[in-house]
Order: sequence, then C-alpha cells, then structure tokens
Amino acid sequence: MTTKIVIGLDGTETGEHAIAFAKDLAGRIDACELLVVYVIEWSPFTFQTPEENAQRHKRREEEIELATARIITPTVEALTAAGFTAHGIVRHGDVAETLNAITIENGGTQIVVGRSSADGFKKRLFGSSTQNLVMHADVPVTVVN
Amino acid sequence: MKTLKHMWLALIAAMVAAPAMAQDAPGLDERINQAFADFTGPFVSFIFAPFPGTGFPWIVGWLVIAATVFTLYFAFVQLRFFSHAISLVKGDYSDPNDAGEVSHFQALATALSGTVGLGNIAGVAVAVGIGGPGATFWMIVAGLLGMASKFTECTLGVKYRNEYDDGTVSGGPMYYMSKGFNELGLPGGKILAVLFSIFCILGALGGGNMFQANQAHQQIAGITGDYPGWITGLVFAGIVFAVIVGGLKSIARVTEKVVPFMGVMYVLAALIIIIMHADQIGWAFGQIFAGAFTGLGVAGGMVGALIQGFRRAAFSNEAGVGSAAIAHSAVRTKEPITEGFVSLLEPFIDTVVICTMTALVIIITQQLIIDPDTGNYMLNEAGNAIATVDGNSGVSLTSAAFASAFGWFPYVLAIAVVLFAFSTMISWSYYGLKAWTYLFGEGQTKELVFKVIFCIFVVIGAAANLGPVIDFSDAAIFAMAVVNVFALYFLMKVVREELASYAARLKSGEIRKFEH
Repeated sequence: MTTKIVIGLDGTETGEHAIAFAKDLAGRIDACELLVVYVIEWSPFTFQTPEENAQRHKRREEEIELATARIITPTVEALTAAGFTAHGIVRHGDVAETLNAITIENGGTQIVVGRSSADGFKKRLFGSSTQNLVMHADVPVTVVN
Repeated sequence: MKTLKHMWLALIAAMVAAPAMAQDAPGLDERINQAFADFTGPFVSFIFAPFPGTGFPWIVGWLVIAATVFTLYFAFVQLRFFSHAISLVKGDYSDPNDAGEVSHFQALATALSGTVGLGNIAGVAVAVGIGGPGATFWMIVAGLLGMASKFTECTLGVKYRNEYDDGTVSGGPMYYMSKGFNELGLPGGKILAVLFSIFCILGALGGGNMFQANQAHQQIAGITGDYPGWITGLVFAGIVFAVIVGGLKSIARVTEKVVPFMGVMYVLAALIIIIMHADQIGWAFGQIFAGAFTGLGVAGGMVGALIQGFRRAAFSNEAGVGSAAIAHSAVRTKEPITEGFVSLLEPFIDTVVICTMTALVIIITQQLIIDPDTGNYMLNEAGNAIATVDGNSGVSLTSAAFASAFGWFPYVLAIAVVLFAFSTMISWSYYGLKAWTYLFGEGQTKELVFKVIFCIFVVIGAAANLGPVIDFSDAAIFAMAVVNVFALYFLMKVVREELASYAARLKSGEIRKFEH
C-alpha cells in the first residue's frame, strides 16, 4: 500500500523546511507518494464590486497559473528529479479547511506544513492557518520550524 | 499612462467647469433646467402617468402585473425554492474545484449593494407617511411577488451572457434580448436591446448617479450646515474616479465591506427598537392589516395605501428593471437557474426585511399622529399626508423615529445614507458601462469615455438642483422595465424549461450537495 504525504506550501522559506522533512520521511517508507499543495487564500463570503466579479474568472486563472509556475511545478520537478513520486495541486479556499479536504480526497495519511507566517495581530484575532489545521485536521499534522 | 493623465486633466477641468456653471450662473442653470424639462417632460409624464381616474402610475401596475404573471407561471417559485436559494448562497451546492470563482453569495451581495439605499430609508417613510401603515402590507406583497421577476431576469442574464477569450464576461437584458430572441426566431430583439441600453445609460447617469450624489450632499449638509454642493460633488467624483478609472480597488473594497455592515446595523437597531416596544408589536401589525384594507383615514383610503406600498416596493427593489441581471451575470455557474434562485432573495431582503423594518419603526414609535376620538390617522394641513410628530417626512421621518430610541442614530443614518449612495453609484457605473459597451463595443478608450462622463455627472448631480433631470432619470430607469418586462414575457418559456430540468435533476439526486 502506498503512503501518501501531503506537503502544504505557502510560498515562504518554512515551506522549504517542510519539503525537506517530508523527503526525509518519504525516504524511510517503501512506497510513498508526495502531494504538494498550495492553497490560495479565498473566501466565498467577501464583498466585491460588479467589475471585480466580471473579471474574477480571469484573475482566478492567473492566480492558479502563477502559483503553479512559481511554486508547484518547480517543487514537483525537484522532487521527481530526486527520485520521489510527486504530484501538485493548487486550489482556492480557506487554507486549513482546503488542505484537510484535499488530503481526505486523495487518501493522504498525514500533512506536513511549515510554521505559519501570519502577522501578530491577525494571528491573535483569527489564529494562524497552521493552528487551525492542527486543531481541525482529520489526519496527523507535522509542523516544521 | 499618458492617456490616463490626459483623462485626469480633462476630468479636473470638467469638474471645475460644471459647478461653476451650476453655482455661479443661476440664470443659465434655470434656463438649462427649463429647456431640459420641456424636452423630456412628455416622456416623464408618459412613464409616470396614472391609470385614468386614479393616482396609480401605470408603470407600477406594469411591474406588479408582471411579477404576478411570473409568480403564477413559475408556480410560486419564490416559495418553493426559497430554502434552496439559501443553501446555494451558503455554498452547499458549490463544487470545491470551482473555488475562487464568483460565489453566489458575492453575486447576491454585489446586486444588493446596488439596490439597498435611499429607497429603504427615505422612500419607505414617504410611503408610510402618505399611505399610512397599510402601505407596509402592500409593500410586502409587492416585494414577495417581485421575487419571481428577479428570478426570471437573472436566470436569463446568466444564460445569455457573453464570455470573452480573456475570461471576462458581459451580461444583462441587452444580451438576452438579442441572443434569446434570435434563438427563438423572434424579430426585434436587437431593437429592444438597443432601447434598453439607451435607457440603462440614462438611468445610470441619473437615478444611479446624480440622484445619489444629490441626496448624499443633502445628508452631509444636514449635519455640517449648508455649503456648496459642488464640493461634495468634487470629492465624490474624485473617489468614484479613483475606483472606476484608477482601479483603486481598496476604496471599493472598504465600501463594499462597510455597506453590508451598515445594513446589518440598521436592521439590528430597528429590531432593538421594536423589541423595546414589544408590547405594541401586536398593535402595529393590527394597524398594518387594518390600514391595508380600510386605509384608516389616510388620503385615498385603501387604494392610497395600496398605491404607496406597491410603488415603494417597485422603486426600491428594482425587480423587473433588469439591473440585477447585469450584476448576476458575472457568476460562472454550470446552471444559470441557480443564479435566478439566489437573486429571488434580493427583493426579500430589500423590501420584505429592510423596508418593513423601517416602516415598523416609524409606526411603533408613533411618529404618525392618531386622532384619539376616531382612531384614524390625522392628515396634515395640506391634507396630502399623515400629520407627524414634528412635521417630518421622508428621511427626516425615519431619522426622528430612530432618534426617539437612540439620540445619536441620525449621525449613523447620515453616514449610512452617504455610503449607500456611494455603493449604488459604483454599481450603476458598471450597469451603465455594460450598456455603453453593448452599444459602442468593448475597448479601453470607449470605456474610459463613459467613466469620465459618469464622474462629471456626479459633480452636476451634487451641485445643482436638477429636478427635471432627476425626474427624467427615474423615468429612464422605469423605461428599462417597460422594455425588459416586454422581453421577459417572450423569454419566460426558456426559464420554465430550465426550471423543469433543474427541478427534475434535483429530485433525482443528480444535483446534490457537496461535502465541505
């Protein structure tokens, strides 16, 4: 049976630490697949102008393209070159909820993420995405410093 | 960048010139008004003409009859699919793979920000002030019926919109008129679309712009003391320009966030006042029902209450006007009818909830004077409206009703009115732009021309008391409804087919909720 480890990236340096940890973990398991996920923070309950709505589809495509080109593709290519089986997914949504949902959908057994980089005020008010993920995830979560 | 700089200069020049014309040359201003009134008078009189022998404007009848026809034709869709509409807005049926597209909630909120505004605050006070508490009953009835009109137009708006290669969309009545009529092999769709677009541009510049700027200035001047309107106009035009031309989304985002907050605060304040008078809730509803059928002594009796209620609902929620179809068409859904379901919540929120709250607060705080001997309402000296405690009418009546519980509320209300006016202007700038690009084609320069014209009209609207222009603009908005409803009668069978197909798939479980 293949073990699937989900790596949640946020485009910061701690993501690199998460990748390194996941690689180390995968190297110790016989059949292991790595799923690299980047969630673009988005809520369906925000308020927008009509013009923003009209351009939303275009913006969404651009956001996905950018995240794929800058984060997912280079990471997946580097992992593949290092001999790992790796795939990538980019999706919009609440970071913690979406990361957990993707993990469940794809049969992931654990999630590895870097420590959150949210600023102090936001973190105090809403909690960071990492904290939310740790609190609500359906699979074990490893937070890498 | 260079073009933008030139447009800035042109705008500043026009802004300086407009108020100068309006303020410094009253003679010229009056002459322009008179000429405009003479030119547009017959059109305005035609649109707002009453049915012979009554004071009931035929355009209100046109909208209410249409709403009734759609309600019956779709077998009370507003009741049958009300809870489904809420599920859609909550995102229960949204595919997680489509996350990042415009959500049903966002489309609803955007469309609502274009309709919730002065109509809910000042307009209701006028309706209750003239038609008495009974007007509230007819307003609610018209609001409930109007839900079917919105459902029809917004479904068609999404179904027949244009999707461009760059991923942007344009939709609205002009597109379902031309494409829908063409698909059904009906002639005249293009003519209707052009007519609609012309009225939409005029409505956007007038009711969606000048009227809003004018009322916002009056609110601000009411607090700070009188000062020239062109100052408000310049500030507003500058902000609107920064948003719609300069792409300064942050201002729009702040407004779009603050406006719903103000709306919720308004309803909460109203609820608190109603709860504070809990012992009179039964009495207030008694007045509403009794007034609906007897008039309780108001001018025009029961018919007077009915006219005012219907008129206010139609003017407030814009059901049948076609504006919401433009706003909703941005949603990228596989099922156009889902946007129809979501849109039917608009008249409910706008009219059945917010307008009713305003009316209840006015009634329950006893702003309207009752003759203790007869139990009927007393008329004012002119005999054309109910006498009020301080002789207030319109927005000052609403303000006084809220102030009776919270002394500070008039200040909040003034801010709310200004913000509502601003968000309505942003929405209508988009509706007007879509009509403009339908007529003249898509393109940055063409769009810029309309946006600059829009900003100039903000200054004119705030600076001058252009009664005839505003009358004409309101007439243009309702002329949109004449053309739109006419087209809806021909296209409603398309919506019925969509409804039947969707309802069957929903029942069979083919369309189901997603796990979130």
